[in-house]
Amino acid sequence: MIMTMVQAINRALAGELQRDDRVIVFGEDVGRDGGVFRATEGLYDKFGPERVMDTPLAESGAIGAAIGMAALGLRPVPEIQFMGFIYPAFNQIISHVARLRNRTRGRFTAPLTIRTPYGAGVKALEHHSESTEALFCHIPGLTVVVPSNPYDAKGLLTASIRSDDPVIFLEPTKLYRAEKQEVPEEPYELALRKAAVVREGRDLSIIAWGAMIPVARETAASAEAEGVSAEIVDLRTLSPMDRETIVTSVKKTGRALVLHEAPKTCGLGAEISATIGESALLSLNAPVARVTAPDITVPLPKSEDLYYPNAERVLRAVRKLMEY
Amino acid sequence: MIERFNPLKGERLRVLDDEGRAVPDLDPGLADAELRLLYERMVRTRAADAKALKLQRQGRLGTYAPSLGHEAAQVGLASAMARDDWFFPYFRDLGAYITLGYPLADYYHFWMGNEAGMRTPDGLNIFPIAIPVGSQVPQAVGAGIAVKYRKLSAAVVTTFGDGATSEGDFHEGLNYAGVYRTPNVFVCVNNQFAISVPRSRQTGAATLAQKAVAYGFAGVQVDGNDVLAVFAATREALAIARGGGGPTLIEAFTYRMGDHTTSDDAARYRTKEEVQEWERRDPLARFRLYLGRKRLWDEAYEKEVQAAAAEFVEKAVSEAEARPPASAEDIFSSTYSSIPPALEVQLAELKASLPEGRR
Repeated sequence: MIMTMVQAINRALAGELQRDDRVIVFGEDVGRDGGVFRATEGLYDKFGPERVMDTPLAESGAIGAAIGMAALGLRPVPEIQFMGFIYPAFNQIISHVARLRNRTRGRFTAPLTIRTPYGAGVKALEHHSESTEALFCHIPGLTVVVPSNPYDAKGLLTASIRSDDPVIFLEPTKLYRAEKQEVPEEPYELALRKAAVVREGRDLSIIAWGAMIPVARETAASAEAEGVSAEIVDLRTLSPMDRETIVTSVKKTGRALVLHEAPKTCGLGAEISATIGESALLSLNAPVARVTAPDITVPLPKSEDLYYPNAERVLRAVRKLMEY
Repeated sequence: MIERFNPLKGERLRVLDDEGRAVPDLDPGLADAELRLLYERMVRTRAADAKALKLQRQGRLGTYAPSLGHEAAQVGLASAMARDDWFFPYFRDLGAYITLGYPLADYYHFWMGNEAGMRTPDGLNIFPIAIPVGSQVPQAVGAGIAVKYRKLSAAVVTTFGDGATSEGDFHEGLNYAGVYRTPNVFVCVNNQFAISVPRSRQTGAATLAQKAVAYGFAGVQVDGNDVLAVFAATREALAIARGGGGPTLIEAFTYRMGDHTTSDDAARYRTKEEVQEWERRDPLARFRLYLGRKRLWDEAYEKEVQAAAAEFVEKAVSEAEARPPASAEDIFSSTYSSIPPALEVQLAELKASLPEGRR
């Protein structure tokens, strides 16, 4: 069936609710309203208020409750309405979700999946556009997943809900309805901790994820016209990161460009760049390039275009890499 | 009984008076053996706590949060719990751990600096202690939601101090519990201090128990140095929870006789006179008077109980100290359900730098 990413997410949730009665979806407005982006549309009517729960407006409460539910054998899938509102739950995520397995040496675990829309590009209000995935990638114990298309979204979310590890599942708001794709009706999993080479190339590797994948593709098409063959690695799981796929690609192409919409300093690009330096230094024909948002607060919609990396900016970096 | 003591009117549930006389219609009516068990648990708690302090001073145990003065609250609440109830403790709950049958050696093992000590033995429903203050409250409510969803017969007890009632998680947790009518019993062990900050600086409310009113369920303040009062209130709250009547907040009004932790010096912020005043309300002494009145206590019994407690404690210390420190493998292997490749590399690097015994 042809569908958007938000519909694919809806199908993944429906599939897991159907398959496993331990799965509980909850959050603000996820029930009767079907979610502010309609990601949970129809689930409340189909599975009832015990499986698809509207909660009080309290992020820490929601994630704290998810921990207790998970400890008693459920598979909670809480939604945080926007990533910009996840911070009240930070203590629960970092002090408990991430370390519960370790601090009980496996007696208790937190197999929960926290879904949240994130990222810029939809001209939203303040606090609705940030891309702070690196905060979570820095925390041992968490798995951070970002899909870049409808097919991946369904497979990765299904795998996340079934995973025995806690997953922060970041949904690029810009991609919710950006493209439609054939997505199978039946449930399927895409492996976590695995990156995908989504475009093969010879001259350089662009490493990106989420909403930057379409930007990378656009760049690659323009580069092709200039005679440059770009490979694109879609990380899909940001942490634990699939370093092998990155390094293999860079060893093949000899050039690397990391592309992310988060600010540069301590962004994931730094970690990727260091990994390439550690493992593929002698294959490099040029220093690793990073195209990222600047280290500033996300501007309000009128100037959002200045912030967000676009194909034009990436192409300039590609040319520089090739000319080095 | 909970209904009879209105926290908004400053009423406090108390079963035993200072001389150990029970108010007849409030006495929970325990059998003689059960009463002695309460006492024996409190004696064991005090002995195990004193030992932990001693071990800390000798460098054999890490920073420790002592329980002196909290024995009635801890033992009273845990004695009311059933085997399949869930417990979400805070970091000053030694008496509850002992009462619920958690191996003392494991408890020491944790405070000696090894996570393995917080691996609750199978069959016990005890969550690991919560150190960030208040964060266990919404977790306990989530457990309550799961209990309801899975139609289990259990209830969920969580403990926290007076300081935790100022945390957002206290509000979020109790608010959730009120909305979903979860089978939760919230026990606030009000020991008058959050490290140095007195209870009067935590809230402008006259009692902590009255906060329950705003969440739409019952709250009751009990004498936290009266083991029968804590037991009776918890037993009733658990029965309400199991019967579908929703949550209850119990404020156990007590006093922290020791320092906040072994890194603290309480003499900096409170007077000797105040501490002495509370020494007169010692929970063990009061319960001894009660048992004496019922001819369940004499010197010979005391000796026997003390000797058994000492043996219980010494055995746990030997057992905990005989355990090796965590290996490199131990501290890596429970971060994820399986070790990711990049972490395997880090583990291998660490192991290569270590002698055989620490790998």
